[in-house]
Formats: sequence, C-alpha cells, structure tokens
Amino acid sequence: MDTMRRLFGLLLAVALTLAAGAASAHPHVWITATSELLYAEDGSITGVRHAWTFDDMFSAYAVQGLESKTKGAYTREELGPLAQTNVESLKEYAYFTFAKADGKKERFNEPVDYFLDYKDTVLTLHFTLPLKNPVKPKQLVLEVFDRSFFIDFQMAKESPVKLVGAPAGCQMKLERPSDGSATAQKLNEQTFLNGENSNFGMMFANKITVDCP
Amino acid sequence: MLGVADAALHDLLAQNPFGAPKPAQAADSEASGLISWLLAKQSEFYRQMSATIRAAKSDGSAVWTLLFISFAYGIFHAAGPGHGKAVIASYLVANRETARRGIALSFASALMQSLVAILIVGISAWVLNATAKTMCKAEGVIEIASYALIALFGLRLVWVKGRTFIRALQAVQPVPAMAGVPHHHDHHHHHDAHDHHDHVHDHHHRDHDHHQHAHDHVHDEHCGHSHGPTPSELAGPGGWRRGFAAILTVGIRPCSGAILVLVFALAQGLFWAGIAATFLMGLGTAITVATIAIVAVSAKDIAARLSAGRDGGGALFMRGIEFAAAGVVLLFGAGLLLGYIAAERTTCF
Repeated sequence: MDTMRRLFGLLLAVALTLAAGAASAHPHVWITATSELLYAEDGSITGVRHAWTFDDMFSAYAVQGLESKTKGAYTREELGPLAQTNVESLKEYAYFTFAKADGKKERFNEPVDYFLDYKDTVLTLHFTLPLKNPVKPKQLVLEVFDRSFFIDFQMAKESPVKLVGAPAGCQMKLERPSDGSATAQKLNEQTFLNGENSNFGMMFANKITVDCP
Repeated sequence: MLGVADAALHDLLAQNPFGAPKPAQAADSEASGLISWLLAKQSEFYRQMSATIRAAKSDGSAVWTLLFISFAYGIFHAAGPGHGKAVIASYLVANRETARRGIALSFASALMQSLVAILIVGISAWVLNATAKTMCKAEGVIEIASYALIALFGLRLVWVKGRTFIRALQAVQPVPAMAGVPHHHDHHHHHDAHDHHDHVHDHHHRDHDHHQHAHDHVHDEHCGHSHGPTPSELAGPGGWRRGFAAILTVGIRPCSGAILVLVFALAQGLFWAGIAATFLMGLGTAITVATIAIVAVSAKDIAARLSAGRDGGGALFMRGIEFAAAGVVLLFGAGLLLGYIAAERTTCF
C-alpha cells in the first residue's frame, strides 16, 4: 500500500504543476481609469462617466490599419468607428463595471457620449454608462475590473474618482488592488482546482464605496 | 546595454519568493507566493517590451535588451493552457513518450506558435494593412479552432487509452495468478490487428527485445504491454507523424502577447525587432514547457518503476494513469472551448 501512496503523491505533484500553469495568465492590456459618479439634482445617482487610458502597446495595436490625415495623429472623428466598436464589444463584458446600491445589483443601459482621444501615442476611451434606474442608496459600491484579468485596471493616481453633483455629506472611499503581487498572493492552486477561477479577477478589483447620510 | 540586462537579472534574482517574509501557513503561501511572483515577473517583462522597442528606434543596442526581456518573458510566461503546457505534458504521459521526445515536441510547438504569430501579423497588418478589429477576429477564429483541436485530440486519446485501460482491467480481473498462465483470450484481444505477430514473443512482456519495441511503436494503441519506447525508436516510422498532431494542436494558437508586440514593433517601423522578440519569446516558452514535460515524464517513469513489481495490478495502474492523462487533455480542450477556462481568452474591443 505504501507504493500506492507514493504513486498517488507523484500524480498529485503532476496535477498541481498543470494547475499552476492555468494560473499563470497575466494581463495583456493595461488601463488607467478615472470614473465620475453622476448625480441628479434630487441626489440620486444617474450613471458613471469613465475615461480609460490604454497602455501604449495596446494603443498602437488598436489604431493599426486606421486611416488618418496626419500620420501618427488621429482625430476624434477618425477614431469614431473604433470608439463605436469598443463600446459595442464592451457590452459582452458588462463594461467591466459593477454597481451595487445598498447591496442590490444595479444594471446599466448602453453607453452614451462615447469617443476616443489619441494623445502622446495613447488612446483614451470616454463613455458614460447611465443606470437603468437612478438610485438613491445609503451606500453605493462600484467595482471596476476584468474577472479574467486579461485587462489590468488601475485607477489614476490623481483624482481617480469624482462625485459630480453629489449631496453634501457623501463620503467616498477607494480601495485599490494594493499591488499585483500582494493581491495575487491570495491566489493558490485551490482557487483554480475548485473552479472558482471565474472570480479570480475580483482580487484585482478597484472598489469605490460612497456612503451618503 | 549590458548594464540594463544585468540590472534586469539582478532584479530577477533579488525577488526570490522564498526570501520574502511569510505568514503562518508556510507551505501554502510558498506555493501561491511562487505563482504571484511569476505573475508579477511576467507583467514586468511584458511591460518593459514597449519601452525597449521604442528605445531601439534611436539606439540600436536596445535591441539586445529587447531580446533578453523577450526571452525572460517567454520563460516566465509559464504558459496558460492555451500554450499547451498541460496538453503536451498529458499527451506525453498518456502516450508513454520519452523525455527526449517531450523536449523535441515542446520546442517544435513553440516554434510553430512563433511562426503563426508572425504570419498573422505579417500578412494581415503588414501586407493587407488590416485593422485591429479584423486581426482580433482572425485571432478569435484560430483560438476557437485550436481549442476544438485540443478537444478532438483529447477525445482520440481517451478513446485509444480507454480501450487499453479496459483491456488491462479484463486481463487482471479473471486470472489473479496471470504471470505464468498463457492467457490466450487476452492475447487475441490485443492483437487483432496484427497478423505478422509472434504470440510467444509478446507474452513475456518483461523481457522485450528490440524488435518488439519497434513493433509496439508502430502499433502503439494496440499494444497494452509496451513499457514505453526507447530513444532509438524516435527515428522510427510514424514517430514524427504521431508527434505532429500534438505540435499542430498546441502550436496553431499564437500567444496574444506576441501579436501585440509584433503590431507595436510594426507601428514603430521595427517589424524585424518584433520578429526577433517573438522567436526569443518562443525559445523561452519552449524551455519552460520542456522542463515541465521532463517532470511529467519522469514522474510517470518513477510510477512505472514502482508499480513494475506488482504483476497485473501495476500494469493496470499504469494504464489507468495514461487513461487519466488522456482525460485531462479532453477536459482542457472542452473547458477552453466552452469558456470554463478563460485564463487566456483573447478580448477584442
């Protein structure tokens, strides 16, 4: 029986090696984000306005093959079709934006006011996500992340979150995924073996919490 | 140039995961610490690539740094399932392949992967000046095709290995003291496809001679008694044909990272640097995959040696392992195809 136990140990080692492989995905796109929470006059939240700046490698990839009047420069109009494609494709990923009002999941309508800017060789995607139903919760939690971690979202260093027209007394708190290695520390083989990998991007989430009186 | 490479190397060594302070559950955090360290390293190398390609525009020597980073990235990019590490390792175990063949398969599939990435970008972006949207769609199609190939490949392995496993089961169960019994019924079962086979010859499966090995090799899936091919068989007929399915399955899907690097290099007017970087990435990946292939094959060989003393049961156990390895390939393919494993999905937007 001892032999069998040793064999089993060996197999386990191999299985873990393979599982570790599945865990080794890493982001290919980096986004530096700023987000604005939009409030109506009555103090209810109507939507989120994002500005996402892509890394220069992905930016170069995204503008590949696009026509422009001036070489190496792209106007908002020239980037119009790409912006359209972006927001249309983002739908499949729920715009990587997840809102909860007092613990209840909120849904977004399709984006409005979207456009792309090209500056200093990087693209910035601007778009506004209107909430399906404006809400006036005591606590709003907004998370921005890619659960598959293909895209690494980082909130901008300076003024990452703005509350636009929020009632007085509302408090905003931003929790960043501290840094890649620290959050990934929570990952272990178990996460992948028990099929929870669909949520592993959670660990890379940027969490915005707004408490209003 | 050397200074940068040196700094990168130092940085690499300085971040030894086991040097970091650890919380209480040492064993657990060591394993996950290693993974997080790998993740962090990959990202770091990958992110350095764009800056280095940019630098190479004005300073030719930065190309060397680029090659070094690409190589390091390839090694650390210990390969998601799409890169076929798991597929190659499982295939080797299922098919009783040698470590040498495992190394060859790893390098061949990594080379093919690099070539596919270069061809996609070379044809679509450079020649046709296609947009990212078109390219990404093409990538998506290839991705689905490659997942389907893995699933099919796994299905075939499961079919073949499953039959062998069932035969091993039948061989063991009815005759507990099978060692000295000339088990004719079992025998016919095994070799229905071979008319030129010498019965006695195949019975004494503990003292094969070379002739029999060669025979096993050609008709691999029909012979439950093989103890694995010898290196001399590598050159034998069908050896590469058999391996080619594995190479194609794994190599057809390019790595998204390589595509991005290539397009970026093209945009900087340094396509050739992107091509060189892609090959170096492939070389790095091949080394990691080959290492894992060796581990897998060695583990299986040790298992075979440990179970060798256990007459029927040992053989059955080995056939079970092979069957399980075949199942892993199928599960990976199906999982990737159906989106349960989304670790390396191409995101087009």
